[in-house]
Amino acid sequence: MYGDAIFFWVFSATLIGSALAVILARNPVHSVLFLILSFVAAAGLFLLMGAEFLAMILVVVYVGAVAVLFLFVVMMLDVDFAELKQGFLQYLPIGALIALFVAFELGYVAVGWTRSSEAAAAASPAGAIANTAALGRVLYTQYFYFFQAAGMILLTAMIGAIVLTLRHRVGVKRQDIATQVARNSANAVEVRKVPSRVGI
Amino acid sequence: MYDLIVFLPLLGFLVAGLFGPLIGARNSELVTTIPLGICAFLAWVAFFMVGFGHEEHAQVLPVANWFVSGKLAVDWAFRIDTLTVVMLVVVTTVSFLVHVYSIGYMAEDPGRPRFFAYLSLFTFAMLMLVTADNLVQMFFGWEGVGLASYLLIGFWYEKPSANAAAIKAFIVNRIGDFGFALGIFLVFALTGSVTFDAVFGAAPGIAGKTIHVFGADFDAWTITCLLLFMGAMGKSAQFLLHTWLPDAMEGPTPVSALIHAATMVTAGVFMVARLSPLFDLAPVALSVVTIVGATTAFFAATVGLVQNDIKRVIAYSTCSQLGYMFVGLGVGGYSLGIFHLFTHAFFKALLFLGAGSVINAMHHEQDMRNMGGLRKDIPFTYWMMLIGTLALTGVGIPFTSIGFAGFVSKDAIIEAAYVSQRPGAVYAFLCVVVAAGFTSFYSWRLIFMTFFGERRSMADAHGHAHGAIHEDDAHAHDEPLPDDHGHGHDHTPHESPQVMLIPLAVLALGAVVAGFAFRHFFIGGGFEGFWKEALFLAPDNKILEQMETAPWLVSLLPTLMMAGGFVVAYYMYIVEPGAPRALAQQNPILYRFLLNKWYFDEIYDFLFVRPAFWLGRLFWKGGDGFLIDGLGPDGVSARVIDVTRNVVRLQTGYIYHYAFAMLLGGAAFITWFLVGGIR
Amino acid sequence: MIIGLTHYLTLAAILFTIGVAGIILNRKNIIIILMSVELILLSVNINLVAFSTNSGDLTGQIFALFVLTVAAAEAAIGLAILVTYYRNRGTIAVEDINALKG
Repeated sequence: MYGDAIFFWVFSATLIGSALAVILARNPVHSVLFLILSFVAAAGLFLLMGAEFLAMILVVVYVGAVAVLFLFVVMMLDVDFAELKQGFLQYLPIGALIALFVAFELGYVAVGWTRSSEAAAAASPAGAIANTAALGRVLYTQYFYFFQAAGMILLTAMIGAIVLTLRHRVGVKRQDIATQVARNSANAVEVRKVPSRVGI
Repeated sequence: MYDLIVFLPLLGFLVAGLFGPLIGARNSELVTTIPLGICAFLAWVAFFMVGFGHEEHAQVLPVANWFVSGKLAVDWAFRIDTLTVVMLVVVTTVSFLVHVYSIGYMAEDPGRPRFFAYLSLFTFAMLMLVTADNLVQMFFGWEGVGLASYLLIGFWYEKPSANAAAIKAFIVNRIGDFGFALGIFLVFALTGSVTFDAVFGAAPGIAGKTIHVFGADFDAWTITCLLLFMGAMGKSAQFLLHTWLPDAMEGPTPVSALIHAATMVTAGVFMVARLSPLFDLAPVALSVVTIVGATTAFFAATVGLVQNDIKRVIAYSTCSQLGYMFVGLGVGGYSLGIFHLFTHAFFKALLFLGAGSVINAMHHEQDMRNMGGLRKDIPFTYWMMLIGTLALTGVGIPFTSIGFAGFVSKDAIIEAAYVSQRPGAVYAFLCVVVAAGFTSFYSWRLIFMTFFGERRSMADAHGHAHGAIHEDDAHAHDEPLPDDHGHGHDHTPHESPQVMLIPLAVLALGAVVAGFAFRHFFIGGGFEGFWKEALFLAPDNKILEQMETAPWLVSLLPTLMMAGGFVVAYYMYIVEPGAPRALAQQNPILYRFLLNKWYFDEIYDFLFVRPAFWLGRLFWKGGDGFLIDGLGPDGVSARVIDVTRNVVRLQTGYIYHYAFAMLLGGAAFITWFLVGGIR
Repeated sequence: MIIGLTHYLTLAAILFTIGVAGIILNRKNIIIILMSVELILLSVNINLVAFSTNSGDLTGQIFALFVLTVAAAEAAIGLAILVTYYRNRGTIAVEDINALKG
C-alpha cells in the first residue's frame, strides 16, 4: 500500500503539472508534448486502479494516434510563437472564481456521495479473470450495440475528415483508375495515313 | 300641416345635399326653394289660423318617440301657439326670400347645391327650434342652427379667414350652449321634466325656493334663468359673447341676411320669450337681461359708427337691435321683444340683401370708402335700402302708430324702458336712447357714403372680394385704398337681376306695413286675443298698460334722436365731407378704440385663446406625445432597441466567451440542484 | 495513507478545472482549445474508472472506452475543420475568429 500511495502522488503531480503546462506553454509543439506526458501519467493512474486494458488503450490510441495527429496539424499550420496573452489577467479573477466555485461543488458532491444500495455489479470483480478478458466478456455481449455504434462513429469521423480536407489541386498528375480501365481502342489509338517523305 | 312646414326643408336638404352633383345646380335650387315657398304659404295660413283663432291653449302635436332614460322621457313633439306661428312666419318667409335671392346672388358659384342644401338644413333646424315642445328638442334645434351657421359661414372654405370665422362662431356659441345645457339640467332637477307643459305647470310652485350650489344659496329660478340666458347671450351675440357676429360676415351675403339678421340670432330672444313663465318668476334674471341688452345696444352702436365695410355696419346694427329686443324682454314686455323681432326681421333682411345687391353691382367690393354716387346706377336698390333705413331708424309720425316698422317697435321699447320700475331700467333707457341716435347716424352714413357724392374708387371697380381687412390700420376713414390690381374691362355698376330684386321688394313691403298693421295685436289692445296663453305675465307685470302712460317727451325722444342723427350724418357726409377725417384725426385714441371694437378680440385672444392653445399644445406635445406615446409605442420600441443593443454585446463571436457562458450556466445549474435538491 | 475514491475524484475535478480554464483563458490558437477538451475528457475518464473500481462494476470502464472512442473521432474531425478554416482564413488565432459576431 505504501507504494500505491507514492506512485499515486507521483503520477498525480505529473498529470496536473503537465496539464497546466499544456495551457500555459508558449510553443504549441511543447503544448502537444506536454499533453502526451499527461496522457502517459493518466495511464499510470489507470494501472494503479486496476484498469490495465484501458491504460494500454490510452497510450496506444490517445498518445499514438490523437496526440500525433495534433502534432502533425501543429507542424502543418505554421503557427507562430505565441505573444503574451493580453487579455489573460482581465478574465483571470472572474474565471478563477467560477472555476473554483465549480471545483468546490464537485468536491462537495464527491465527499457527500454514498453509493445507492440497489446498484448491481455488472460483472465479477477482477481477480479471477484478467481485466481485458473481463471487459471482452461484457463488451461483446451486453454492450454489443454500443460497440457497433462506436464503430459507426469512427467511420463517420473518418469520412468526415476526408471530405473536409481533401482538395483536388489542378495540374497534379495522378492516376484515374476508372478512366484507365474504361479505355478502349476507339479513344486510345488513332490511325493516320502518312505520305512518304513528308511525315506527320 | 305642421309636419309639412317643418319637414319639407329637411327633405330639400337631403335631396340637394346627397344628390346635388347628380341632379345639377339648377335642380338643387328648385328642389329647395319651391318646398320652402310652400312652407311659407302654409306658415301664413297657420299664423292667421292660430293667431286670430280661438284656441286658448297651446296645441301639442306628437311626432315620434325619442328616448326614455330613468325618469327623463323626451319625445319629438310640436308645440303650436301664437309665439310659434309668429316665428314660423318670420323664419319661412325670410328663408324663402333668401333662397330666391340666392338663385341670383350665387349664380356664378360652383358650390350652389351645397349652399342651398345648407340653407334648407338651417331652416329645418330653426323650425325644429321654434316648434319644440320640450327643452331637449329646442336644444337640438339650437345646435342644429349653430352647425348650419358654421357650415355657411365657412362656405367658401378655401379662404382661411372664412374657416377661422366659422370656428370662432361655433366656439363662442358653444360657450353659451354650455350655460344653456346647465340650465336645462337644472330645470330637470327642479321639476323632474323637460316638457314645457310640465315645467310651466310646476313653475309657480318652485318660485321662491332656493338651491344650494357651491356653498351658497341661490333662488332656484333666478339661477336657472341666468344659465339659460347665457345660452341666449351666445346665440344672439350679446355683449361679451358678441365677437363672432362681425366675423360671420365672411359668409355670403344671403347667409348674413338669413342667419345673422332675421333668424338664428333671434333664437335667443325667442327662447327667453318662450320661457316667459320662468323668467317672469325671476326678477333678478330679468334685470340682468335688461342690463346686458342695453349694454349691447349701446356698445354695438358705438362700434358701428366708424366701420368701413358695408356688411359690418349692418352686422353691428343687428347686434345693437338684438340688444333692444332683450331690453324689451327684460322689462317684462315679452311681446315687445317679439314684435321688434318680427319687424326687425323684415327691414334687417332687406338691408342685408340690399347690401348684397350693392356688392354684386360693385363686383364684390365691400368697402364703403370705394363707393359713392351709386344712386344713379342702381336706383331700385337705392330705394329699397332707403326704405330699410327709414324703417331701421324709426321714421314715423310721433304720438301715433303710423310709421315705418322700426318706428313702431323700437319706440315701444324705449317707452317701456322709461316706465319700468325694475332695477336697471333707468340705465337701459339711457342706453337705448343714445343708441337710437347712433343708429340713425350710422344708417344714414351708410346711405350717404354708398349712394351719394362722387365715386371715390379708382376708375375701375375691383374684381375681387374685399373681406374685412382694413379694421386695424389707423388711417382716417375717407382715404381711398391703394389699388394694385389693374383691370382693363368695363365695370360700371349695374342693377341686379330680377330674381334678386323681387325679394327686396317683398321685404320692403313688410318693412313699411308690418309695424302699424300688427301693432294692435302684438302689443296693443288686442294682446290678450292674439297671444292668448303663449306669453306668461306675472300678476304684477303691467308693463304694456304702463307703456301707454309714458310722458309725451319720452314718446317724442326717439324721433328727436333719429332726426339728430340724420342731420349730423348729412352734415358730415354731404355738406362737409372732410369733417369725418378731421374729427378722427383730432381724437385718434377714441377713433381707434371704436374701430377695433373696444379691443375685445385682443382681450379675448390674450385671456382665453392663447392659454387654450398653450394648454392644447401642452397636452399634445407633453401629454400625448411624451407620456402616452412615450409609454406606449414609441417607448416600447425604444426600450426594445436599447435592450437589443445590450444583448447584442453578448454575441462577440469569440468561442471562449461562449464557453465561459456555458461554464456559468453549468455552475448555475449545479448550484440550483445542489441547493434545491433533485426533484 | 489509503488512496481512496475521494482522492481520484478530487484529482479529476482539478483536471476538469484546468481544462475549462484552458478554453476560457486561451487567446493563442484553436489547437489549445482542442487539447483542453481532451483534458476534460481525460478527467471524465478518470472519474469513470475510479467509480468502476470502487464499486466493482465494469460498466464504468466500458463507458470510459467509449468516451475514448468518441474523443478520438472528435479530435480528428475538429482538426480537419481547423485545417480547412486555416486554409480559408489564414489564421487560427482565437481573437481573429469572430465571424459570428452579432
